[in-house]
Amino acid sequence: MTSVGLEHYIVVSAVLFCLGLLGVVIRRNLIVMYMSLELMLNAATLALVAFSHFQPPTPNGSPFDGQIMVFFIITVAAAEVAVGLALIVALYRKRQTIDVADLTSMKL
Amino acid sequence: MEILFYIFSTLTLLCGALVVFNPFSRNPVTSAMFLVLTIICMSGLFVLLKAFFLAAVQILVYAGAVIVLFLFVIMLLNIKEEERQRFRKFGAFLGAAAVAGLAWILVTTMMNSRAGERSVANNAGETKPLGELLFTHYVLPFEIVSLLLLVAMVGCILLSKTPETEEETE
Repeated sequence: MTSVGLEHYIVVSAVLFCLGLLGVVIRRNLIVMYMSLELMLNAATLALVAFSHFQPPTPNGSPFDGQIMVFFIITVAAAEVAVGLALIVALYRKRQTIDVADLTSMKL
Repeated sequence: MEILFYIFSTLTLLCGALVVFNPFSRNPVTSAMFLVLTIICMSGLFVLLKAFFLAAVQILVYAGAVIVLFLFVIMLLNIKEEERQRFRKFGAFLGAAAVAGLAWILVTTMMNSRAGERSVANNAGETKPLGELLFTHYVLPFEIVSLLLLVAMVGCILLSKTPETEEETE
């Protein structure tokens, strides 16, 4: 068991991202696809925090730049979830389904 | 310390996999619950990376607000479990193969890049330095994000307005 370094966290983040992508590809329930999107965002978050933690000291730039970026990602993700779920609710009112296999036409 | 990393990362990946494909249940509520567990384990990883503020924010915002929003929508829509087992094996197999290829490329690239060679692990993300940075160097993005939240709020209200209330206001 080697000491845990940057690569370990990045590999975990990559695998988690691929799990989220797999969910978006193979699931047909819109809400579960949306949760998989959240999983992908979280994987990116984990990668940024790991980079921020293992960053060597630089003359310009703070070591916390990555964490600030994660802060913004979390905020944007919260806004995105609110708008996306409102869209899903509006879509469900029109079509009475959230199965993407049934949502094939763009006309209402 | 290292055993904690392995425990938390295994739990994160396991719960993340159970969000996507749960062999016992196709219910979206189960997926949401496993998403909560994934996020809690991931905030454990954040603590190991000394990002204490972000670990707290992750639990508060994701597990506290986002998942509750998901659960509200699931309850509101009253979705039944996916009864129809029109399980398109071919599509699922192709998707899984493509994603597995992507995962292989990503992991081998990261293993070969030796990214962690010159790294030092000494940056602790306390609240104070993060807040100072946020209100000095990143004050413009901070304000823009506040505008984004306002836009999201207005958008949600507009989207979830029913036609009956529209007639009342007119």
